[in-house]
Amino acid sequence: MSNNKYWQNFGELNQTEAYKDAAEKEFKEDLLPIEELSKEGLTLGKTPRRDFLKYLGFSTAAATIAASCEMPVRKSIPFLQKPDNVIPGVSNYYASTYVNGGDAISVIVKQRDGRPIKIEGNDLSSITKGGTNAQAQASVLDLYDTTRLRHPLQKSGNDFKEVSSFDAFDAMIANAMGSMGNKPVVLLTSTITSPSTLQIINNFLAKHPGSQHVQYDEVSYSGMMMANEACYGKKAIPDYRFDNAKTIVSLGADFLGTWLSPVEFSKQYASNRKITGEKPTLSRHFHFESMLSLTGSNADDRYTHKPSETGAIALALLAKLGGAVSAPSIADAHLKAGINKAAEELMKSKGASMVVCGSNDVNVQVVVNAINEIIGANGTTINWSVTNNTRKGSDAEMAKLITDINAGQIGALLVYGCNPVYSTADGKKLGEAIAKLPVSISMNGTLDETTEQCKFVMPAHHWLESWGDAEIKTGQYSFIQPLINPLFKTRAFQSSLMKWSGGAVATTTTAAKDSTGKAVAKVEGADYDAFFKNYWTSKLGSADLFDKALQDGVAETAYTLATATFNGGGIAASASKLASAKSGAIEVVLYQKIAMGTGTQANNPWLQELPDPISKVTWDNYAMVSPELAKTLVGLDVMTNQRQADSYEVTPEKPVIKITANGKSIELPVLILPGLNNSTIAVALGYGRASADEKLSLERIGRSATGAGKNAYPLVGFDGSSFTYNSVATAEKTNNTYPLAQTQVHGSSESRPVIYETNLSSFLANPEAVLEEPNHEKVILLAEGKTDFVKEGTIYPDFEKPGIKWGMSIDLNTCTGCSACVVACTAENNVSVVGKIQVQKAHEMHWLRIDRYFTGDVKNPDVVFQPMMCQHCDNAPCENVCPVAATNHSSEGLNQMTYNRCIGTRYCANNCPFKVRRFNWLDFTGSDSFKDNQQPLRGSELDEVVFQMNDDLTRMVLNPDVTVRSRGVIEKCSFCVQRLQENKLEAKKQQDPSLVRDVKTACMQACPTNAISFGNVNDKQSMVSKARADKHRNFYVLEQLHVLPNVSYLAKIRNTDRHIGVIEEHESGAEHKATEKHKQNHG
Amino acid sequence: MSLYRIFINKALTGLLLVVLLATSNISFAADGEALFKANCSNCHKPDADYTGPALKGWADREPNKEWIYKWVANPAQMIATDAYAKQLFEKWKPTVMTAFANLKKDEVDAIMKYVDDYTPPVATAQTGGAGAAAGAESEDNSMLFGILTLILALVAFILLQVNSNLRKLTDDKEGVNRGEPVPFYRNKTYLMLGVLVLFMIGGYNTVSSAIELGRMKDYQPEQPIYYSHKVHAGTNQISCLYCHGSAQDGKHSGIPSVNVCMNCHMAIKEYKGDPIVLEDGKTLDANAEIQKLYSYAGWNPDTKQYNPDNNKDGVPDGASAIPWVKIHNLPDHVYFNHSQHVKVGKQQCQTCHGNIQEMPEVKQFSDLSMGWCINCHRESKVDFYNKETKEGNKFYSIYEKFHTDIKNKKLDSVTVEKIGGTECQKCHY
Repeated sequence: MSNNKYWQNFGELNQTEAYKDAAEKEFKEDLLPIEELSKEGLTLGKTPRRDFLKYLGFSTAAATIAASCEMPVRKSIPFLQKPDNVIPGVSNYYASTYVNGGDAISVIVKQRDGRPIKIEGNDLSSITKGGTNAQAQASVLDLYDTTRLRHPLQKSGNDFKEVSSFDAFDAMIANAMGSMGNKPVVLLTSTITSPSTLQIINNFLAKHPGSQHVQYDEVSYSGMMMANEACYGKKAIPDYRFDNAKTIVSLGADFLGTWLSPVEFSKQYASNRKITGEKPTLSRHFHFESMLSLTGSNADDRYTHKPSETGAIALALLAKLGGAVSAPSIADAHLKAGINKAAEELMKSKGASMVVCGSNDVNVQVVVNAINEIIGANGTTINWSVTNNTRKGSDAEMAKLITDINAGQIGALLVYGCNPVYSTADGKKLGEAIAKLPVSISMNGTLDETTEQCKFVMPAHHWLESWGDAEIKTGQYSFIQPLINPLFKTRAFQSSLMKWSGGAVATTTTAAKDSTGKAVAKVEGADYDAFFKNYWTSKLGSADLFDKALQDGVAETAYTLATATFNGGGIAASASKLASAKSGAIEVVLYQKIAMGTGTQANNPWLQELPDPISKVTWDNYAMVSPELAKTLVGLDVMTNQRQADSYEVTPEKPVIKITANGKSIELPVLILPGLNNSTIAVALGYGRASADEKLSLERIGRSATGAGKNAYPLVGFDGSSFTYNSVATAEKTNNTYPLAQTQVHGSSESRPVIYETNLSSFLANPEAVLEEPNHEKVILLAEGKTDFVKEGTIYPDFEKPGIKWGMSIDLNTCTGCSACVVACTAENNVSVVGKIQVQKAHEMHWLRIDRYFTGDVKNPDVVFQPMMCQHCDNAPCENVCPVAATNHSSEGLNQMTYNRCIGTRYCANNCPFKVRRFNWLDFTGSDSFKDNQQPLRGSELDEVVFQMNDDLTRMVLNPDVTVRSRGVIEKCSFCVQRLQENKLEAKKQQDPSLVRDVKTACMQACPTNAISFGNVNDKQSMVSKARADKHRNFYVLEQLHVLPNVSYLAKIRNTDRHIGVIEEHESGAEHKATEKHKQNHG
Repeated sequence: MSLYRIFINKALTGLLLVVLLATSNISFAADGEALFKANCSNCHKPDADYTGPALKGWADREPNKEWIYKWVANPAQMIATDAYAKQLFEKWKPTVMTAFANLKKDEVDAIMKYVDDYTPPVATAQTGGAGAAAGAESEDNSMLFGILTLILALVAFILLQVNSNLRKLTDDKEGVNRGEPVPFYRNKTYLMLGVLVLFMIGGYNTVSSAIELGRMKDYQPEQPIYYSHKVHAGTNQISCLYCHGSAQDGKHSGIPSVNVCMNCHMAIKEYKGDPIVLEDGKTLDANAEIQKLYSYAGWNPDTKQYNPDNNKDGVPDGASAIPWVKIHNLPDHVYFNHSQHVKVGKQQCQTCHGNIQEMPEVKQFSDLSMGWCINCHRESKVDFYNKETKEGNKFYSIYEKFHTDIKNKKLDSVTVEKIGGTECQKCHY
């Protein structure tokens, strides 16, 4: 279906005046950071001729003086004793593991001259197989976070004072814990996957009788674990195998974005979404949800429902599949048809089907378990031979702990890796109670909401400074090794515990037995570093094996699939509880954004400025509602009323509503998106970080996190056994507005077709059809008798690429929109963070953006993601218009950008049909010759975050091989030319051209689904050549313009019965009509 | 004037480049020299005993050539099995020669030929003098051209004056009244011409000196230790890569860490060479400079031991890195990689750094300007792969078009420029 209509917002859908106007004017003058020219002419303007001459004179004189000053004397200081493995200017790569709460991803860290500067996936991990996500990519910046604590602290009044030494700190702790009486000690941590740490914790608990270890997940999976305990006798999470599933039904589980182990699942999921061979097959993915999630956007068929209906849908599915439950009535016929269809497909592929559910309600999960039992998922797609250890938190335990703390029944509270004062519903109260406890110690790295309430703070290392391990799944270990000496006076969390449990550890407690049952002999060590080494040397058997494990980053044992015995006893009880689920006219659902997650990395500018793939909003959370609900809530009709759509979409100011649920309210701006259930308001967690005293937020929480969104955790409920993330709510309009910085339609293709898509059955029937239209357009452009579009479709000569010709291919079928590539690109290429004010003015600098397009039914559209970066056109429109030849073409097919030649006319950006060129409107990097020229713009044009990024500490993250751009120059994707050059150099040194096949751009490396292939097009064996061999799907965006892009895309194929882009009515007759139309199109 | 000078400078630089390139390409004897310097010169001198024996005259001592091959490949084994080798070891022990298993026979031959043909270099002062004389001569030439031009201009001027006077005379004679001639200093044509010439010269000078801003050719800062490349690389023939090893691995050539200096200077406590005369005429106290090194290294020359590490910072107490002053500075927006040029391009260090082995203190030899880089990239040939002889860098086998062109005699060699070496994003990204 090549004639689909794709749209990015309502303005584009309706082709409103304001939309057309905005698309035409790429650089909106009223938004520019320059003084307005008055209409009366130069002499009367704010900058009259005389001033102009003054400025001219001054700048000439200043430039002369600046340039003729003596050259500075630079020092070149070598090592005193050079380590063998460090060659200045050559990067080293070490395996490690990104750990954030329970999340653990095996990674390779690029270390340049002793500094970690880039995270990449570890191919040796059987779990993530080289994939990463946005958070892991961005975490290297957290190492250089200016809010990190630099030494141990002790509370003094409302402030903290430095503790001079670790010994003094330990003495204070011993003293304090000795005098607190008989009250229990509680260690509150995030989920701990590290077996060596668990052993240390057990020792600590043994030293303090009556003490307890509580693991707490900020977004909980407790309901699921309880259900598994009831059904399978294991309070654990099984190993999901999306790669074995032919039919996947998700009930609100965002497994490609934020649910459980998204990188692993994306990899598995994508393996069944690749089009290969003559008769390709695809897995089929049904998605039922209330809001529009990343996973939902990728589904073949997607249905929306009220949040409270999740249980009903699970029951209906179970009933349809033959379960002994009575099906609840479902009013929505479309939804009902969807459930029936899903049930049918699940049974069709019995034994290769799975149902996953994002609910934290134990009853829903019990029903889902029952479904999985019927469709044969147990032991095939849901594997019980190993468990997923990344979430272990028990909500009941946590709730009890909160009650105990509030009642003052705890003697000492030790906090590590979690922030309950921020992330629990009654955080403020909890914080006050913690402050009153006899002993409270935090081992978090920053003065976050919980830490600032504690009496003692012993900051732990960042993971890039630590030793450690993670047992991600049973028997699947991933190792952490330090990439840099601790930057500050911090101490490993484990070392602190060892000190406080009496020094060296020598033990054979239960945890000493690893999960495979092998007993670990006595392990000793003065601190965690030594302990860790001894532990693993003994466990793995030898020092060599330990070294190998560190080198690989993983030590894994093969496992087979296994079932667990199912006990369906609780189904009836659960079903009856679900039948009485409370529902309301408006319900709120709390979700996580792929960038912000639970909010632990909220002070990471890269993540804050990453546009959410669905809403394209940066720097904030918001109340996401459907157009229908917006009509009733704030009186805006964006679907049919063009003026209202314009006034809503053109200005960043959005109306604010007040949402009340569970007795708490928050005020949030409204963001109208299609594809949401009409009763649902979706709000992201992880925003609104703030100190108890908000004046201290900038300093303690950080310059990025402060002011970004509102905290939605207060809306989390508790149903007596687990936390609930959806509830009945009320919402009312306020008179306020709030600006949202949205990057959507900043780069508009002006409604030219850029995406081609069809469904699987049409594709199988006629694979030529999907690209019929663009191919036809190419033919019309050619003069009669000519056949070669590339050479003969233009008046320009054809330039040869004698050696290498770089090219990229992006598979729209497997791109999930997860945005890991965007952060990877930012990290690799020193892309500036511009701050919210500048994003509102369309001045964001991302070299790679992910365009999100809607198509089809406005109420429940299909969503397509298209990564868009410089297409490196061989016949590039930008190159012809540059007056100073700052952008030109290389013999390897690269569209080169030379910053020091660029004079900033921006003609190139104007002439680029893909809108991928970025202009440095302001000095975002502080790299101009005059040091203080950022200061006058502070607050009005430049956000605090720009200054955070320019801090000497933060700048340590910069990639030294990439120029830091200054004001007034254009920049854009370079195909990671520094990597290409490095790779070619290596190939030349080794005298082996086949090494060029190893080169990976940053985006390609980061991609968890291998959607991006890159390489030498002249080499038929390269990845990109192989990807482009798929002639039926391979297309170039706007190829008919004869710009000859070097980036190609593979058309998207959905495994659905619907025809993509055709609006169907929700009756059975519509199917027929659509087919008719389809036939006409090809008739 | 400056026009001539620049022209001549360029011509000389070009000539020098050509000479250097040519010498680096003279294969046999030069290969021997290069191999000797790269592999042997740290321990051997051709004509004098050093850490190891002098190599010259090997044929008179060693049993036969085969013996040499075996010895070079594996000295330890030879000591264990061969009587002569054992005898040699007894003389030089405890030092055992490093094995060079990957030196080929013809390479060993080349080294042996080089040491046999070796004659000690003629006193450098002489060559320096000759060079200076040549330089002065070329200066004179440009002066000569200048004076000649001036004289010719003067002659032309006088002739023009004579011409106009003669015309006046004839006019007077023929009764044509042309009025008093304007004196030349008030003649508008002359004035205009003069102004134009001055403007052109002035403009040219302004522009070219503006381009020169920030360039630091001949920069020769004072260093914390008077380190003479002339003594180390020149007289003692230490291979450049012994100290600047990362030049073949990474983008930086690397300044050797102090422990590299100490490899030799643990033994070499005194300077015994020719006195080093400084620019101000004083003689350098070279031993004091070695003492400075010891203090940076935390080495006690009396006890021949490093200072103990009492403060547990991993280095001897009192040791600190040497704060050398960086001489060759490139702007931040330029990416330059030494290994690309040294290992892949097989350039000699001297191509860009000048005759460093003759510099007592290093100064910047080239102006490191973009034009200078580009010129070399236009002229230098890459080690292009020859599909028939299988010689050259196999990486270039992918350049199908050039292979066809070479086969069809359309092309005789491939320059760096041909493979894209003058494109922006080869150095700027």
